Amino acid sequence: MEWETVIGLEVHAQLATRSKIFSGASTAYGAAPNTQADLVSLGYPGVLPVLNAEVVVMAARFGLAVNATVAERSVFARKNYFYPDLPKGYQISQYELPIVHSGYIDIELDNGELKRIGITRAHLEEDAGKSLHENLAGKTGIDLNRAGTPLLEIVSEPDLRSAAEAVNYLRRIHQLVRYLDICDGNMQEGSFRCDANVSVRPRGQQEFGTRAELKNLNSFRFIEKAINFEVQRQIDILEEGGAVVQETRLYDSDRDETRPMRSKEEANDYRYFPDPDLLPVVIDAAFLQAVRADMPELPRARAERLQRDYALKADDAAVLTASRPFADYFEAVVAAGADARLAANWVCGELSAALNREGLEIDAVPVGPQALAGLLARIADNTISGKIAKDVLALMWESGATADAIIETQGLRQITDSGELEALVAQVLADSPAQVEQFRAGKEKVLGYLVGQVMKATQGKANPGQVNELLRARLQAD
Amino acid sequence: MTITRTDIEYVAHLARLEIDPAELDGYVSKLGRIMDFIDTLEQADTDSLQPMAHPQEMAQRLRPDQVTETDRRDEYQRNAPETADGLYIVPRVVE
Amino acid sequence: MSDSRLTVMEMARRLQAGEVSSRELTADCLSRIQAQNPALNAFIAVSEAEALAAADAADARRRAGDAGPLTGIPMAHKDIFCTAGVATTCASRMLEGFVPPYDATVVARLAAAGVVCVGKTNMDEFAMGSSNETSYFGPVLNPWDHARSPGGSSGGSAAAVAAGLVPLATGTDTGGSVRQPAALCGITGFKPSYGRVSRYGMIAFASSLDQAGLMALTAADIAAFLQVIAGADERDSTCADTPVPDYAAALETAVTGKTIGVPGEYFDAGLDPDYAAAVNAALDIYRELGATIKPVSLPNLALAVPAYYVVCPAEASSNLARFDGVRFGHRAAADDIESLYKRSRSEGFGEEVQRRIMTGTYVLSAGYYDAYYLKAQRVRQLISDDLQRCFEDVDIIAGPTTPTPAFELGAKTSDPVQMYLNDTYTVSANLAGLPAISLPCGLVGGLPAGLQLIGPHMADATVLNFAHVYQQATEWHLQAPGGAA
Repeated sequence: MEWETVIGLEVHAQLATRSKIFSGASTAYGAAPNTQADLVSLGYPGVLPVLNAEVVVMAARFGLAVNATVAERSVFARKNYFYPDLPKGYQISQYELPIVHSGYIDIELDNGELKRIGITRAHLEEDAGKSLHENLAGKTGIDLNRAGTPLLEIVSEPDLRSAAEAVNYLRRIHQLVRYLDICDGNMQEGSFRCDANVSVRPRGQQEFGTRAELKNLNSFRFIEKAINFEVQRQIDILEEGGAVVQETRLYDSDRDETRPMRSKEEANDYRYFPDPDLLPVVIDAAFLQAVRADMPELPRARAERLQRDYALKADDAAVLTASRPFADYFEAVVAAGADARLAANWVCGELSAALNREGLEIDAVPVGPQALAGLLARIADNTISGKIAKDVLALMWESGATADAIIETQGLRQITDSGELEALVAQVLADSPAQVEQFRAGKEKVLGYLVGQVMKATQGKANPGQVNELLRARLQAD
Repeated sequence: MTITRTDIEYVAHLARLEIDPAELDGYVSKLGRIMDFIDTLEQADTDSLQPMAHPQEMAQRLRPDQVTETDRRDEYQRNAPETADGLYIVPRVVE
Repeated sequence: MSDSRLTVMEMARRLQAGEVSSRELTADCLSRIQAQNPALNAFIAVSEAEALAAADAADARRRAGDAGPLTGIPMAHKDIFCTAGVATTCASRMLEGFVPPYDATVVARLAAAGVVCVGKTNMDEFAMGSSNETSYFGPVLNPWDHARSPGGSSGGSAAAVAAGLVPLATGTDTGGSVRQPAALCGITGFKPSYGRVSRYGMIAFASSLDQAGLMALTAADIAAFLQVIAGADERDSTCADTPVPDYAAALETAVTGKTIGVPGEYFDAGLDPDYAAAVNAALDIYRELGATIKPVSLPNLALAVPAYYVVCPAEASSNLARFDGVRFGHRAAADDIESLYKRSRSEGFGEEVQRRIMTGTYVLSAGYYDAYYLKAQRVRQLISDDLQRCFEDVDIIAGPTTPTPAFELGAKTSDPVQMYLNDTYTVSANLAGLPAISLPCGLVGGLPAGLQLIGPHMADATVLNFAHVYQQATEWHLQAPGGAA
């Protein structure tokens, strides 16, 4: 039988606020245990939540970015369950009336077509703390620093049909939240997390199969592997005549498998009801207008603009707009006077390669846009060749010096004095009688060798085009 | 609405309360009595009414995104039954 | 005897005139507590050293010319308000030994005004009860008759004020917990409008119903304290940010030409006839003062208590989930987390608290939410609409606070529903978030009866005004229990 995979994703994006969703405790990552757990984070008797204004702005920004409805009125509800990292015995979330609903995002498939993925809803909620099991003599330790960190839970429609599509969608969401400056997207630190609802059904069948919810998917690679494992597991069960059980499963990256989560075995009865400590969140037109006015250009629009304004190839535009700082960098290089296509080549090529090699983000690049534009200017005016420019970039990267300074001190200026070149050309031709003979016998290819010899004699500082012309003129003249 | 022993056991588990089996029947009877009383709500015609979640007709007030709290862990943990290295300690929890 | 029940206003006058120091007033309260509390059990904790230090500080303030109207007045807080560094138990084993690291907003505002807190008063456990019999520390006795209940849940505060141990005490009112014990102990008890006073630091019972209240001998005393505690609080989202009026200034407004609505349903079966007579006598006083009495109808009154007993336990079941033995509160020995939760909670919570948690969990659980919780919220709207409709025609609603005067201890403990029906007249104000007061309006068989006044939302000044003019015209509020020395 042919099986169709159905996937819906739930993304938990930690909102990049300074303070927690319901209190003034810091959200900074990595502090000593419980030093950022204030009375509200701890659920102390008598304390009350007060909503952070910034989370409302951020959620609205996301809503506008995914063409969704930003609700005029949304309501916080309590999700009741007991767990040691959940201090109050309930999580404040949104249930029936989320702040954002009915949106979509388009993803680009391998064949270049766009596919629209529905975003059912995005709601605000508080993160839980962390349970630690190491070095505690068989006990569990609870750190509530993370408790109360704002989360935007982004729920997709079950519109994804493969692990690859799921990852594609997830990358778009990841890109988007970073563009919007609402989440740092750090998956290692758990700022951007994902659960996947996975089921399979015979192709052509309308109803969905029974789904499993996969948790602990903390990298794009693991998400793809976990979904693929789970799909195969479900198909194996069904093909053997079995039935898939609806359950929560944990992905074990060491073993590359999913297994049932013990703590979630019992049927959940969360007893949601409106949180009486909080009133409805009201977003009026003026508020929304202010958020709209403050929206950054979104990735797809920006790619289209770059393509249009700078006559870039679609691929380059896509690479350049992968993240906002990256695109900003490119545009700054152009603004500093560089030729756009040359800049695109260099930013997507050499610069990206160097960043990857060093494991750096664009924010930390040692060669600023002004400096790169300086280098590109020297290529454009034939002061140096592209090949030499690569060496110059490496030196700029190391020393922080400008391209011009390096070209001067290292004497890398291209030889454009035709008198000097002509002398070298004559010397090479005199030293290579056999090759000259071959060329004259009609073996044009040998010209490349002769160009190489001249370049070698100039230590690469000659302009290969000019050398080519000089050689040809000389060979044909004689 | 009749409350059964199973209901009581289920609800007690949800609420994380331990009920002495000897008290189970007492619970069934007292909670049953309360639920019978509550069932009188059925007679109210409320079809045209929206549920009233709150008496305060106000929009949620918003707080500026500022860190106002400092580390007071040691003070806060004085009320804790068991801590170690700044962590609240519980029996081992298996995920 | 007269000196044993000084009003706040009289104390303030004497302090102002330099006739007495805060230290003397405070020491006087402390000695009375020492003498009478062993019998009454009105206090869970008395903080003598802290109180005397605060009194000295108040006296110093006064000498420095920095005293406010309440600086140096001794009082007590219900043991549901968090007091920094002073144990706060909610009369529960769960919180035995719990010392909050912070002050409730009400506590902080009063402390800033120079008020002296002498101790924490006894109550029904987590404010769940109408008789004070659910306290882990044993019941409070009614100063009028030690065999009877002072009412609940703010029974300790009511008994302490009635017996003259303190001139004023805070309470909390979720379904009548200030007004009912005030009525049963013959004092004045006021529940402000929902949102008028911050709930921050008041250990939550049912968040959409809870409101901090004040219990004193007179409405004028309450007005003075309300002035200090009312108003917006950045730590409570549900606290209103509307301006706080001058409550004292509004007290004297004449009620001539005003209209008092009296719901006929209040006088149906269940109300003690002598109690009804006391209420009617009070209405006559208002007539004499120039007010018009107008019959009104609250046709759904009988649904208020059942609706309340859905909404309130539902919220309570969730509010009390934080007591899990992990970060604070009672912890039972256990080898696994589930047993730790269950044992800690079952050992830490008393019977009535567990019963309410069970009820609340049940009405919210899968399959019952619509039938119970949503239904109750619709009925809540119905009750609120009924009251709203009355206020189109009348300035205030009047009636009895309770169906009977103080009942004997143990009389209603076997049937929870009988106990709940004590709240018949009081819960509607909580469901609708309205301000309401109970004031002494007579004696029934030697026991106090209470007149309840309910006003429109945020018309707290009106309610206090009506109460005050009544107390200017009568002396029921000066009737002290015979047992009070």
